[in-house]
This record gives sequence, C-alpha cells and structure tokens, in this order.
Amino acid sequence: MRLLTHNMLSSNIKGVVNGFPLRIEAEKVVEKTVEMNGEFLKKMFEKIDWKAFVDASRAMGPEEADCSMLDSDEFLNRFHHALLELHLEEGALVCPETGRRFPVNKGIPNMLLHEDEDTDGEDSKDGLTDIWKVGVFSVTG
Amino acid sequence: MKLKQLEGLLGGLQQFPNPKAKLSPFSHFSHFSTPFILLSTLVVTLTLYTVVPCLFVCLCLQVELEQYPTGPHIASRMLFTAENSFEDVSDKVVADFGCGCGTLGVAAALLSAEHVLSIDVDPESLEIASLNAEELELDMDFIHANVLDLGWRGPIVDTVIMNPPFGTRKKGADLDFLSAALKVASQAVYSLHKTSTRDHVKRTALRDFNASSAEVLCELRYDVPKMYKFHKKKEVDIAVDLWRFVPASQQSRSI
Repeated sequence: MRLLTHNMLSSNIKGVVNGFPLRIEAEKVVEKTVEMNGEFLKKMFEKIDWKAFVDASRAMGPEEADCSMLDSDEFLNRFHHALLELHLEEGALVCPETGRRFPVNKGIPNMLLHEDEDTDGEDSKDGLTDIWKVGVFSVTG
Repeated sequence: MKLKQLEGLLGGLQQFPNPKAKLSPFSHFSHFSTPFILLSTLVVTLTLYTVVPCLFVCLCLQVELEQYPTGPHIASRMLFTAENSFEDVSDKVVADFGCGCGTLGVAAALLSAEHVLSIDVDPESLEIASLNAEELELDMDFIHANVLDLGWRGPIVDTVIMNPPFGTRKKGADLDFLSAALKVASQAVYSLHKTSTRDHVKRTALRDFNASSAEVLCELRYDVPKMYKFHKKKEVDIAVDLWRFVPASQQSRSI
C-alpha cells in the first residue's frame, strides 16, 4: 500500500468522528521504482493532506524522517518517492480515535468492519431496497 | 495501446476459480456404481464430509457477492472509451470498486493510470487480482474492504470504474455501489448496469445520488456463463449498459 492510498483512507467505525489519518505501524516496507510524472505530482500537491503525509512517511522508516522535505532542493524527487514508491508491505493502520488496528498483510490493508462497528448505509440501504422492488429482473429468467 | 492489444492482455488474466471445476470430485461419484459406493472405505466418506462444507461455504459466498468476471471484451472497451473519449484514465487516480480478479483495474493500469486502487470484500479474489497485477508487472494497490463501509478523506480519486453486482441476488446492490462511487469520484464513474433497469438507474443517480449527468455510452451483451448451481441455462446473454456518471461536486468545482 502506497502512502497515496493512506492519505485518502479513514476509519469508518461507528461513533468515530474523525477517523483520519490512520496511524501507521510499519513492520516491513518495500520500495518499488516508478517513473516520475511531474504533472501528476503537481496535481497531488494540492490534494494531499500534508501533515498526515509527512507523519506517514516518517512512520515508514528512519531514513524518511526528515520533515524538512518541503524545503529540500530535491523536493519533487522526494515527494515522488514517498508518495508512490514506498509500500507498506506488513504492519497495520490504526484508527486515531479507537485504537482499532486494521492489519496490513502482503501490502493489502484489511479494512473490513466487524458487525458491531458497521454504521451508516443501514438507512439508505433500506430506502433503496424499497425503491428497487419495482424494477428487478432475473438474470436467469 | 491498441484496443485489440489491451483485450488480448486482459484475456490472459486469471479468473475466479471455476466452481464447476471445484465440484469435479463429485462428478466422479456419479460414475461409481452403487455397490461401489456402499463398499467404499470410510476414508472416502470422510473425505467427502470434509470437502463438502468447504465447497458449500465457497459457493455460498460467491452467490451472495454475485461474482461474475468482467470479460476482456467488455473491460477493454470500457477503459478504452474512458481514456480515448474522456481522458479519465491516464495520469489519473483510478479506483476499482468490487474488483474481483482485478480486470478493470489492470486495464486502467495498462492505459497508464498513475495510481490504481482496487477494492474487494473477498480475500480470495484479491489474491488472484494481485497475482494478475504482478504477472503484468503493474504497480497497483489493493484494499480488503466492503466498499459500502470504507471511509474516505478528500477528493483524491479521479475516476471510479466498476462492474457492480447487478442486484439480482441482493436487491439494489448495484445502486448501493453507485451511490458510494459518486461520493468518492471527483471526475467520473464508469459502471455497468442491466439495460432493463436503465430508467431507474438514471432517475436514481440524478435525483438521489447527486450526479450532474448520467449517460449511457453503449449497450453491451454480457455473457453470463453457467457458474452457479442455481443457473438453469448453460449460458445467458444479458443486455447491459455502459454508463458514465459525473458527480455534481465536480461541476461546481470546475465553474
């Protein structure tokens, strides 16, 4: 999982007001080289939550800990590297409010909620089901 | 990349383990004569007992999720249109909702999406999807989650692509996916819905999900192979629409 993905995920557990950012517990980090795309980075520059991003890159390892990244001459290179080349391979994402751990295995975070953590969707789902009853057709029919 | 080339690459992807193939141990039994079954050792019976529950769970799960693979023909056309007619793929952040074996996300990555995020609730599918990505040396992110429960921050995802469950087993499932997708995408949502529900999809997207536009790009034939036990016919051809939805927030931002 890249830090770009981390920057857009938040904890959606019932009762949590602000589930962003998820804290990173890094056990294994891998690097995969990708070609730099300046235009894309410029666009991301405006969309990224910087505090979360800098904290996240710090959590990925000591060599990423330099928070003067923004002032660096090599800013674009470092931004590119942290945003798209670092992958959290093993570890966890931790809800900032409840401390609930979402494990990351083989690079894939498991964000499945337990039944009692599941919040929204209930109302809207019920509403939809009613509307939907009118127009249902069977695939096999 | 040419359309045919894309379709060819997608055709090589690994798909869901075929439930029929998994069932093959049973077909052996049907060939056995009755005396043989009666005389068969305890071992065989035990094997059957241990195999059956596993299969059952597996089949149930798949039925609930309506896991029909997106064929290379449809997937290549879907992503090719998104890229060549609307520039919604290359250099973009693309999310694949209910990715299954990853076909749509792989197609997006092949068409130079900068970041592809594929999400599915079924770990087995994700495993196959990540193998498919690895096979083609594509750098993709995967999340194991129910797309309806996932929490998001900010408008980072540009385009959502999806082949949602058509809502045959679980009514309204495709519209639940669409609702979630329109909240996450900042640029466009590409989705497949049954042609028979066209009016309803359009009305719901515009009225309830705050879409600023909902357009059918083309009608496709979707081959549903006889994958599940409850399917009576060998193969069914259903008409599906390829939709492009634009979330309302995008319009207000661009003004």
